[in-house]
Amino acid sequence: MGKTAQQNFEAVELSNLISRVGDLKADGYRLVQICGVNLDDDNYEILYSFDKNHELLSLRLDIAIGTEVESITGIYWPAFIYENEIHDLFGVQFNHSALDYQGTFFRIAEETPWKPKK
Amino acid sequence: MGKRTIMPFGPQHPVLPEPIHLDLVLEDETVVDVIPSIGYIHRGLEKLCETKDYNQMVYVIERICGICSFGHGWGACASMEGAMGVTIPERAEYLRTILHELSRVHSHLLWLGLMADAFGFESLFNHCWRVRESVLDLFEKNTGGRVIFSICKPGGMRKDISNENLKEMVDVLNGLKAEIKTITDVFVEDASVKNRMTGVGVLTKEEAIELCAVGPTVRGSGVVQDIRLTGNHGVYHLLDFEPVVEEAGDCMARTKVRIREVFQAIELIEKAVSQIPDGPVDCKVPKTVDGEFAIRLEQPRGEGFYYAKGAGTKFLKRMRVRTPTNINIPALVKALKGADLADVPILVLTIDPCISCTER
Repeated sequence: MGKTAQQNFEAVELSNLISRVGDLKADGYRLVQICGVNLDDDNYEILYSFDKNHELLSLRLDIAIGTEVESITGIYWPAFIYENEIHDLFGVQFNHSALDYQGTFFRIAEETPWKPKK
Repeated sequence: MGKRTIMPFGPQHPVLPEPIHLDLVLEDETVVDVIPSIGYIHRGLEKLCETKDYNQMVYVIERICGICSFGHGWGACASMEGAMGVTIPERAEYLRTILHELSRVHSHLLWLGLMADAFGFESLFNHCWRVRESVLDLFEKNTGGRVIFSICKPGGMRKDISNENLKEMVDVLNGLKAEIKTITDVFVEDASVKNRMTGVGVLTKEEAIELCAVGPTVRGSGVVQDIRLTGNHGVYHLLDFEPVVEEAGDCMARTKVRIREVFQAIELIEKAVSQIPDGPVDCKVPKTVDGEFAIRLEQPRGEGFYYAKGAGTKFLKRMRVRTPTNINIPALVKALKGADLADVPILVLTIDPCISCTER
């Protein structure tokens, strides 16, 4: 069969996120997706996936719930789709977004339904 | 500068049964800005992985969309198989590739019909969907379903398709080629159709790349981007094909990409059927999922992203699906700027939007 999909995951610190994403953009990477993952009741992982020449690279950002994250929409404008989704479902605040829907992107009955209930 | 007006478009609109809302900022009849919003049918399907085991999740993920349901099922299975470290039998990879390309044929025929309906060509719409029925008949005969197939499972396929049935599938598709050619020629040759689509909603190559567009939307702008080229799913690496690319970046270019991909999909199915080996179509898989795995498929609408993270139990910690429409919305926003109000429905359709996919 064909080759196995390469699994390239790279940890990134909150303080380095913007510079690392900026480096990837300058290097010709395309933003594939951003998603939130519940690690436990106190922590999230945010996975930023990029593509270059059909190879996938994912940055793994671990944050405590309640941590505010700098938006990458200044680097990849289409990221507003994912950041607003994560904001509405998980309650993560992205600062300096180029298009911040302020919680109205998804019309859902329950506020931040995927945030752990304590 | 003319007077500015904000006009709401959708979520209910005759050309699009699925709910997307656009706030169109107009100067006279020209669109100068667009603010999209969704969320009318968010179902939270990904979250069900916490209460449905990984086998049940395949059924859930397939139901994200009635058009690309096979691809979603495949993507979910492939991400779980990757997390488990399972390699499925070769015949199963062939069968997945064949059914995925058959999905591309029916999806593009469906879209062509919707596009014809959008510019008021009702008979063309009827012909596109009439031919598509023959493709759905093939699905029904070989999988038991016309919309949801439930034939993919972690570890391979739930059932085999006989070589005789596969040959019959090729015969039926080859028999449809002439009819599809007659129908699709209307899209590229009819003067009224050309007037509505040529030079409308141009997305340059640079813009398509900058906006991270995928599928026929990006390939219609001259970008060679096709996830089938990764060679890490199905048997595409054995089928020797070149992605379909058009350069103009307008509605007509995106339409031509889809038309050519219908014929290419039939060729790929024919090649795969001529090469498919005999053998098992499934293998044993662990009862629990540990680890994580991300994989992408080239859905009819473009790149789909599937990520499974195991929890060491039969439940997943996270099942993520990023559908093609999700990331084509920014490209739609760009294409709409500068468009005439009358062209908005056609431009919305031109990215082949699936809001059910996007909302999950």
